[in-house]
Amino acid sequence: MGKIALKRTSLYASGASPVNLLQARFYNEDCLVYDLEDSVPVQEKDAARLLVYNLVKYQRPVGKYVIIRVNGIYSEYIDEDLEAAVRACPDAIRIPKVEHAYEVQKIAKRISEIEKAAGIEEGSIELWCNIESYLGVLNAREIAESDPRVVALALGAEDFTASMKAARTKASLEIFYARNAILMACRAAGVEAIDAVFSDINDVEGLKEDVKLTRNLGFDGKTVVHPRQVDVVNAAFTPSKKEINYALRVLAAVEEGKRQHKGAVTLGGDMIDKPMELRAQTTLAQARAAGINV
Amino acid sequence: MINAVGRELPEKIGNYVVKPFMGIGKAVDDLPPVVSKRRPSLRPESGTKLLPTLEDAIKACGLKDGMTISFHHCFREGDMVIGQVLTAIRGLGIKNLRFAPSAVVNIKNPSVTEFVKDGTITNIEASGIRGELGDAVIDGLMENPVILRPHGSRPRAIESGDLMIDVAFLGASAADEYGNATGQIGPNACGSMGYAFVDAHNAGKVVIVTDNLVDYPCAPISISQQYVDYVVKVDQAGDPAKIGAGAARITKNPRDLMIAKRTVDVIAASRMFRQGFSFQTGAGAIAIACTNFLSERMEEAGITASFALGGIPAAIIDMYKKGQVRVVACSQSFDAVAAKAIVECPGVIEIDNAVYSNMYSKGCMLDKLNFGVLGALEVDTDFNINILTGSSGEMMGGLGGGPDVADGADISIVTLPVVRGRTPSIVPKVFTCCTPGTSVAVVVTEAGVALNPKHKYYEELKEDLTAANVKLVDIQDLCELARSIVGTPKPIECTDKIVAVVEYRDGTVIDVIRQIKR
Repeated sequence: MGKIALKRTSLYASGASPVNLLQARFYNEDCLVYDLEDSVPVQEKDAARLLVYNLVKYQRPVGKYVIIRVNGIYSEYIDEDLEAAVRACPDAIRIPKVEHAYEVQKIAKRISEIEKAAGIEEGSIELWCNIESYLGVLNAREIAESDPRVVALALGAEDFTASMKAARTKASLEIFYARNAILMACRAAGVEAIDAVFSDINDVEGLKEDVKLTRNLGFDGKTVVHPRQVDVVNAAFTPSKKEINYALRVLAAVEEGKRQHKGAVTLGGDMIDKPMELRAQTTLAQARAAGINV
Repeated sequence: MINAVGRELPEKIGNYVVKPFMGIGKAVDDLPPVVSKRRPSLRPESGTKLLPTLEDAIKACGLKDGMTISFHHCFREGDMVIGQVLTAIRGLGIKNLRFAPSAVVNIKNPSVTEFVKDGTITNIEASGIRGELGDAVIDGLMENPVILRPHGSRPRAIESGDLMIDVAFLGASAADEYGNATGQIGPNACGSMGYAFVDAHNAGKVVIVTDNLVDYPCAPISISQQYVDYVVKVDQAGDPAKIGAGAARITKNPRDLMIAKRTVDVIAASRMFRQGFSFQTGAGAIAIACTNFLSERMEEAGITASFALGGIPAAIIDMYKKGQVRVVACSQSFDAVAAKAIVECPGVIEIDNAVYSNMYSKGCMLDKLNFGVLGALEVDTDFNINILTGSSGEMMGGLGGGPDVADGADISIVTLPVVRGRTPSIVPKVFTCCTPGTSVAVVVTEAGVALNPKHKYYEELKEDLTAANVKLVDIQDLCELARSIVGTPKPIECTDKIVAVVEYRDGTVIDVIRQIKR
């Protein structure tokens, strides 16, 4: 299995707050999302765009996956946002409220044009698509497969539930289907699946419960809106010592079986099958990516 | 002349003879006998020491122009004694006083500045001056420079004769008419009166100022009747709501919490983090947050501490109540919970500031401290600390016990963000040097942990922190990071006039502060 680029946490930093923009790099998030959309008031869109451009271009944080979230595809800001965002050269651009594959293709084409004009290697900037409506969920697979730039889909639960006329609850049953639909689309397309924000920043225990489900479902990471959520989510996505030890024992048993030319191997009486071997490999890859010596 | 931290100093500043800082432990060769203004005296003929007014007490003490008066700062920003006493002194027309409190906290109504402007006060000696008075001093309000000393140096100065106190006015939340006094009981309790002991023991005259006269004998007794000349009852000595203000802030700032957590990572990684270790987490937002994280880590490790030291907040009292700390030695109490705990908890004890921090004693408690956590305004690439002056040269803080803790603790940890607003905190050279870098073991920031290669425990710490996967960075890199984020500020321009002298804990001069050119 190849190297896993960690995407456990994606922390939003508002383009309207110079202090937050500067400080966000110092937390332990894997991905940093400089936001031009919802967190920026209309009257500050220009200033935020300029700030984020300069920050990413000249003060890019080291060791982080840097994303710029632009305004909506149909907003009046999208052209200027893309122009600035592409020229700043982040790792990825995050597009909000994607509902159709052709929307992504249109954005990808525009990015290519700007890359070419700016002398940036074509295709180097990746795309994250926020899925935030029932239409987006229904079209998730086509969106995930719409363009080679797409590397991740991220669920936006608040807008999704609003589009469904559903109530947003901490139990999150109302987004259970959407979570699974997006996960399956991501797995089919071979891109990463990023789970929705847990909005109550003061409820650490609630976040722990929520992110446990996120990881168990199979997500690769989670969007966070406050620095105090970062370590909790990172910890949930980092394999425990017990999990690492079990994965090592599984792989050792598989190796021993191969050495002895056995068709089937067991560990503590349990038959080890291919999915178990794959899960063990994933666990170790996640642990190594998190800096754990395995 | 140039001192050991590279600061240029004159030989004299007015009548003040400068003894330059020569390095830690280099100024202890000649220790004369202790001196004191206290004289033997007989019991009062009237059978009581209670006087009707502050004016009566001031007259009875024989306070005259040019004398030295002192106060403690244990009521912190809730102090109501200093203003009342100074107002009474002004009413009597006494001028040119040397004002020598243990610290000048930011008191208002009246402000101390008023008494400087009208000539009641012409000299100030304290651990720090901030707020309106600090601004006025830095702008050259006073003819004579302010002498700033860390907590440990004040008892040294008093016992060596550098600071001779004529009259000490000591606020107390309870006292009897014969002079036994305490800060531990009463509606306006401030807790420990740790900074009042040396004044009581050595001043020429001692006046207890209380708003809570209790039946004889007052219990508990902090300041004993044998040192007290007069007692005055006033309407209010302190405002408990403001005792917790100032240094003792609780933070929700995620950056500060991250630095606090990282600080505790450093402590927990050290081999000195073991059963019976000792710590001081002190004042300041980050330092207080450390206490809560430390409690969690101690619980995980299944260890308890022998003692916690210094200024004590409620968080440390919680640790005591959970059985995590055997003794809490309070030189001051940072909030109402800590103030009450001295009475309620047998292991929470009031200690004299000299016992806490005076290096010229037969041993202070800092000598036995494993970990000391400190705040700072600036740290430079030689690990020197500035805890006094802000980005525009303004007075922002007090020396407190910072220089004492850095030197006394085995491992001193300075916590601060890389930048504050648009100002770098890690700089090539601190504007005011308060603590020599050689006494600083670790600097913890949100961008990583820097170890001081010149510190005595450097090798041991490096080994422990590396083994624990703590991210280590070079202080030069932190300095460069700060510069890259906010740029290089324009240097602060000063006149030649020296407005404050910064003494180290051994009484030598580590730096001076000059008037800001506006």
